[in-house]
Amino acid sequence: MAKRELIKRRLIEIAHARSGDKGDLVNIGLIAKRPEDYPILVREVTADRVKQHFAGVCQGKVERFELPNLGALNFLLHEALDGGGTMALKADPQGKTYSTALLRMEIVVDGDAA
Amino acid sequence: MIRIANGQGFWGDSLEAPVDQIRRGPIDYLTLDYLAEVTMSILQKQRARDPQAGYARDFVDLIARVLPDLKDRRIRVIANAGGIHPMGCRDAVLERAARQDLPLKVATVTGDDITDRLDQFLKRGIELKNMDTGEPLSAIRAQVERANVYFGAFPVAEALGLGAEIVITGRVADAALTLAPMIHEFGWKETDWDKLSAGIVAGHAIECGAQVTGGNCQLDWETIPDLADIGYPIVEAEPDGTFSVTKHAGTGGRVTVASVKEQLLYEIGDPTQYITPDCVADFTTVHLDQAGENRVRFSGIAGRPATNYYKVSISYTAGYKAMGSLVYTWPDAYKKARAADQILRQRLTRLGLRFDEIRTAFLGANGCHEIPAAEPTPEIEPHLPEVVLRVGVRSENRAAVDRFTREIAPLVLNGPPGVSGLGLGRPRVEEIVAFWPALIPKSEVRPEVAIWPSAS
Repeated sequence: MAKRELIKRRLIEIAHARSGDKGDLVNIGLIAKRPEDYPILVREVTADRVKQHFAGVCQGKVERFELPNLGALNFLLHEALDGGGTMALKADPQGKTYSTALLRMEIVVDGDAA
Repeated sequence: MIRIANGQGFWGDSLEAPVDQIRRGPIDYLTLDYLAEVTMSILQKQRARDPQAGYARDFVDLIARVLPDLKDRRIRVIANAGGIHPMGCRDAVLERAARQDLPLKVATVTGDDITDRLDQFLKRGIELKNMDTGEPLSAIRAQVERANVYFGAFPVAEALGLGAEIVITGRVADAALTLAPMIHEFGWKETDWDKLSAGIVAGHAIECGAQVTGGNCQLDWETIPDLADIGYPIVEAEPDGTFSVTKHAGTGGRVTVASVKEQLLYEIGDPTQYITPDCVADFTTVHLDQAGENRVRFSGIAGRPATNYYKVSISYTAGYKAMGSLVYTWPDAYKKARAADQILRQRLTRLGLRFDEIRTAFLGANGCHEIPAAEPTPEIEPHLPEVVLRVGVRSENRAAVDRFTREIAPLVLNGPPGVSGLGLGRPRVEEIVAFWPALIPKSEVRPEVAIWPSAS
C-alpha cells in the first residue's frame, strides 16, 4: 500500500465563507469550493477546533450545523461580539470579517485529495 | 411566472439600485428593505426632534423620482419604509404623487408598534423575556424606547389584494416582503408550508440586495465583472414554489451557485429551522442548479408549520460610547500604537474615570480578526508601514465618555512619535440604543391593513 502523504492546507484553499451577526452571536457559513471536499470540512473543521481558533474572541460555545445539500457547514459562535451590535466597541461590530478569520485555519488533508 | 426585485438591502444602500431595477428590464414587484434593528433607533431619535419624521425619507424621494415609470410599467412596490411612523410616510408619498397629478393607491400595514402596551402585557404575565439570555424585561423596562412586532407576509398580501400600488409597512420580517406577492399572485394558503418556505428562502436570497449577485462575494472576487454597475437581484417565481434568482441583462456582478450559497448562509442559525412568522423553512432541503448565465434555479424546498409566536424587537437606551483613532507610522508602528494605548489608559485611570469597557483595536495589525492566528509574526511586526490605534469606551456616565474624547488629540504632541490624527477631529459621544429580542403569542397582536387612495 502506498504511504499516505498528509499535508497542511489553509481552509481558504478549499473553502469560501460569509459571516454575519445576530445579537451577541456570529454565524459563519463555510462552503466547500468543490463538492468532493465537503467531507474534509466535516472531518477537520469541528466545533471544538473553531472554538480554539477564535480563542479570546468567542467567549461562549460554538455550535455546528451541516448542510450537505450546499456542501457547507454553519457555525454559531456565542458571546462573540462584545455584547453585540450597537453595544460593541469592536472594529468589526457585526462580525462581517469572521468569515476570513476562519479561512486562516490550517487543516490536514490527504496529499492525493488536495 | 412573476418577477420580484430587490432594490435596497438596508437603509443607506445604493440610491440608484431601485431606479435601475425599474428601468433596465422587466419586473412586476419591487421590494425595498430599509429597516435594520439599528435603523429603528435612528428613526426614533429623528422623531424625537421632529414629530413629522420617523420613516425612511429616501423612500419618499425615490417614489417621487420613479412614479411615472412605475405607472408605465405597472410595477408595484413593497417597502418597510414606514419605520416608526408609517402614516407619516404614507402622507409624504401621497403628497408627492399629488404634486405630479398622478393618482396613487397606497396601502399601509401597521399594528406592529406595541410600545404603549408593554406594561399591560407584563401585568398579564406575558414576560417578554430576552430570547438569548432569559432575563425578564423588568431588568431594562425603564430604559425601553420602542417595541415592535415582526409581522409576516399575509397582511402585505392582503394589501396587494386591495389593489395597492405601493405598500408601506412598519416592522415586517425582511423575507416576507418577497413572499407576499407570491401569496397574492398564486393564491397560496396559510398552511402551504413548503411553498411558503420556498418564498421565504427566495426572500432570504434577495433581501440583502447585491450580496447575492456578486457583492461581498468571497469566492474568486477579482473575476467578478463590473462591480461598479452591479445588478441587484430578481426572483422569477413559479406557482409551484420553484424559482430562479437572476439580475437584469447588461448589468455587472455575477449570479452563480457559489454567490447564492454565500448569501443563503448569511445570518442564519440552525438551518433546519429558519423561523419566520409564516412558516419554519428548512434550508437543508434547498437544491440549487446553475440554470444559465447569471441564473440559479431553486427547487425541492420544504418547511414546517409556523410557531404560535411573533418575534418582538425592543429597543432600549444603554449608556454612551465614543471611539477615537490615531495612526502610527514606520518604524515600529505597532509598538508605538501599543505604547500610546497604555499611556492613554494610564491617563484615564489617573483622571479617575470609570468605564464599563475600554477596548482597543490595532487596525493594520490584527484589528478585525483579533484571533491568535492573525497576529503579525515577530519578523513582520517592526516593518508594518502603519497601524491605526482605535480606542473605544462605554459608560452609563456621559461625562466620563465626554472627558475621554479630550484625551485622544493630545497624544499627537505628548505621546510616541510618527503619528497623525487622521484629520478626524474630536470623537463624538453617542447614546447607545441596544436591542432586546423577545417572543409574544400571536393572539395578542393583530396587523392592521388599510388602503388610502389619493384625492386626485
